[in-house]
Amino acid sequence: MNYFIKYPKLSQFVILLILFSLLCILINPSENNFLWRFPSLIAGLPHLINDSVSYLMYDFMPIDVYDPEIEEYEERPLIKEFTRTLSGVILFCIVFIREILIGGVKTIVFFTGWDFIREHKWLYWPALPWTVVAIGTIILGYSLRGKGLALLAGCATMYIAIFGQWEPAMETLSFVLIAAPVSFALGLFFGVLGYKNKTVETLLNPLLNVAQTMPHFSYLVPAMVFFGVGDHAGALATIIFATPPMVRLTMLGLKNVPSEVVDAGKMSGCSEFQLLYKVLIPTARRDILIGVNQVIMQCLAMAVIASFIGAKGLGFNLLLALNQLRIGQALELGVCIVLIAVVLDKLSLAWADKQTDYFADKSFIERNKYKLVFLAVLLFGFLLAYLGTFIFKEGFNYFYIIPHNKGITTENFWQAGVDWIWDTFFFTLKAFNEFLIIKILMPMKHAYLSMPVVATFLLVMGVGYIIGGVKSSLIVGGFILFIALTEWWDRALITAYMTTFGVLVSAIIGIIVGSLCAQYKISSKFILLVCDTFQTFPSFIYLIPVIMLFGVTDTSVLIAVIVYATIPATRYTVEGLRGVPQSLQDAGSMSGVNRLQRYIRIELPLAFPHIMLGINQTVVFALFMVIIGAMIGTDDLGQYILKALSDKKGIGNGLTLGLCVAFIGLAVDHLIRTWSIKRKSALGIL
Amino acid sequence: MKKLISILFAGLMVLSLPSKVFSADSSEPIVIPTHNWSSQVVMAYVIGGIFESMGNNVEYVPADTQAVYEAIRNGDVTISHEVWQSTFGKSFYEAMAKGGIIDAGTHAAPTLEEVGVPQWVIDKDLCPGLPDYKALLNCQDVFATPDSGGKGRILEGPQSWHGQEYPDRVEALLGDGWVVKFAGSADALWAELAAAKKEGRGTITFNWTPNFTDAEGFVFIKWPAYSPGCRKQDGGDSKCGSPIGWLKKAANYKFPKTHPAAYMAFSQMSFNAGQIGSMASLVDIDKLSHEDAAKKWLADNEDVWKPFTQAGM
Repeated sequence: MNYFIKYPKLSQFVILLILFSLLCILINPSENNFLWRFPSLIAGLPHLINDSVSYLMYDFMPIDVYDPEIEEYEERPLIKEFTRTLSGVILFCIVFIREILIGGVKTIVFFTGWDFIREHKWLYWPALPWTVVAIGTIILGYSLRGKGLALLAGCATMYIAIFGQWEPAMETLSFVLIAAPVSFALGLFFGVLGYKNKTVETLLNPLLNVAQTMPHFSYLVPAMVFFGVGDHAGALATIIFATPPMVRLTMLGLKNVPSEVVDAGKMSGCSEFQLLYKVLIPTARRDILIGVNQVIMQCLAMAVIASFIGAKGLGFNLLLALNQLRIGQALELGVCIVLIAVVLDKLSLAWADKQTDYFADKSFIERNKYKLVFLAVLLFGFLLAYLGTFIFKEGFNYFYIIPHNKGITTENFWQAGVDWIWDTFFFTLKAFNEFLIIKILMPMKHAYLSMPVVATFLLVMGVGYIIGGVKSSLIVGGFILFIALTEWWDRALITAYMTTFGVLVSAIIGIIVGSLCAQYKISSKFILLVCDTFQTFPSFIYLIPVIMLFGVTDTSVLIAVIVYATIPATRYTVEGLRGVPQSLQDAGSMSGVNRLQRYIRIELPLAFPHIMLGINQTVVFALFMVIIGAMIGTDDLGQYILKALSDKKGIGNGLTLGLCVAFIGLAVDHLIRTWSIKRKSALGIL
Repeated sequence: MKKLISILFAGLMVLSLPSKVFSADSSEPIVIPTHNWSSQVVMAYVIGGIFESMGNNVEYVPADTQAVYEAIRNGDVTISHEVWQSTFGKSFYEAMAKGGIIDAGTHAAPTLEEVGVPQWVIDKDLCPGLPDYKALLNCQDVFATPDSGGKGRILEGPQSWHGQEYPDRVEALLGDGWVVKFAGSADALWAELAAAKKEGRGTITFNWTPNFTDAEGFVFIKWPAYSPGCRKQDGGDSKCGSPIGWLKKAANYKFPKTHPAAYMAFSQMSFNAGQIGSMASLVDIDKLSHEDAAKKWLADNEDVWKPFTQAGM
């Protein structure tokens, strides 16, 4: 009994659990009992969204537009004309970059029309030979950072070329080269706006919260309705997805600028604009650069998903390869995506790190030596490509563009690897799979579904109260009330069950692996690199081997979830443990703790709030992956989101379901964040 | 300099205008959608190749199988060359009712979209009496999976394909001993087939013909015959199988006006099951890339597709 008085929170929690169990036992499970399931009062919301969107897109303010193709006037609604014009602009930009890289006629067509091209067959914008792009990237890497980056860029471009993925890779690149800078600019703009104006910040915060927890699939339907299908729609969906972290990190960075720096800027007579661009942004560079890194990672993470609504390139080819169960080929494509992400990330960081040397007095040649070298490479490349036309007779000029899928391939090797895993482990895995499903997953799913809705509320709001008082309790209650009033409460419970299981396993693995790797500097660096790789590596690739081994079951979905959700748990554990101040460690050593004691008594408690933030991210990652798991076959919210994707009236359903997922994430996020802040201030490390 | 360029382009535009009078088909590109299964992608490139041989410009865009009809209606995509009756028929007719999309004729290939078992399930006689559906009543355990709770499991395609049709039918004809599980994508179906083959266990999955699985053999379950109105959503009792269906072509309503010759050829185009199968097998069996498979198919089958183009002359 003393124990409970000593720890009041614990006793509160025990009382909560007892009440929760009582409710579970007492409430009669019947559809008419509103204590068991709330009536779906906002089931009409999706229809409302559909109707307003279709009114906006098809009936609102029609204007007469002349269509020269069929020589008739057509009525077109204003909003649609506007969004399609925006699509046109974005598409033009993508195509323009794409044609610089791999050639084409569309940029010329944009200025002259298709008829002109038909009359003048010779008109064709030539591609940059791949040798020029590859060496150009190497020169860029060298000029920005030196030999290391040049080597990385060289290896990446050579890999893409040799494996015959040049064309799709350049298609993906052209799309990222538009999406990433636009996301960056938008993020910076809104971040600065939020920093300058308190009202904007309060408006932006909930929007950002929702945007960062909405599953990727939910963005696709609105993007398709408003902007059509094609590269532009994919790019726009990517921009919506990649901008929020940038906004958030910009605000964070600017807020942390010391007031002394701002004062110094003001004293030197900076104008508003100068203060922002010469003082604030350079000082907040560290956070803004993390934002750039996030933008690039998110853009490439969307490469596959954007191909659902028409983005060409590596993502679409990857889906095709998977459809034929060609895992080796999909793997090579996935590596290309990761390589593009890594190179772009390193190049942009190096570019941002480059300091202008104001005092150098250099000659023209010295100042422009890299440009001159590139010019030479350009000439040389075209000459080589021209020579190539004489050497290669079978129609492919390997010095110009390596044709798609005509490079070398290691497909057979990977296929053999998959077969070997199958032959060696299949029957062990099968037994494990059956055990897991029958003994753990099915009972767990059943338990979640047999919770009366009132009991769920009591549990969630009770935990909210224990952690953060009445306010927290009301906030999380509000989030799940929205879900309870839709018609998808049962589906949300299934999502919650899979997420819980995924998070538990990921957190345990992540904390253990993270703790082990954090012991040495070199292993920490290595594991962070592994985390980066897996974050951009398209998860679709391991969905297929996993289905083959574990069938279309929840196990397959959960394995995919765990692979993905372990990343943040590991990353934050490593960062948290490495961030424990050296002085505290020394103090511990002086008091005579051994290695294990130091870990348990000093490092872990101090790093724990930071690790909890990692768990927070783990929850969001797990939710995303559970939703993507719908591609395997689930019966949760994800299944309906996937269905909304191919439904003409899907926009209402898609958005409402997306909100349900976001609200699960936000409720957990709120609880963990509140707890972590309290804990940090108690430990005095805030 | 900027001024010079704009004058130059204005000049070019004026020059390019008169050509319109002479050419029958507009030179705007015809947008062909590509979905995520081989025969469709190869056929997209085959049809694109035919249009190109007639001097048209062609563009390919990856698109979702259901959303594509809305895209055609809006004019973002020009045609769709594989409209499967039971899977896409509803989306197609709904889009047609809204206006903007037209029926451009039917392929010769009869289609069947139905659940069934791979040939070796029959050969090994895992469930005696198949393909008749009544045989299933006695062999739930052959098709049981860990998560089906001892019941037989039928793996359906994604829920967006047929909604409640299979759960209704299974409940009406097979009763409690069976469950229907929705796979998330066609890939999941192929992975399940490949895994079941390696393991040598029985599996019932949704599939269709013509498809690449025809090469290895796939046997469809024989349900009571289909009659209009027999399904629950149409007011029936769902005690019926799928009909032998059509494979249609769809086009944007402006297509006949903008590209009369190409439209004429497109409406004439008709591939039979063997031709569609051969397109798919070039990719799935011979491992050619989709573009190469289309080029090879066009080169090998000139006598098949040349007549389509002459129809428009």
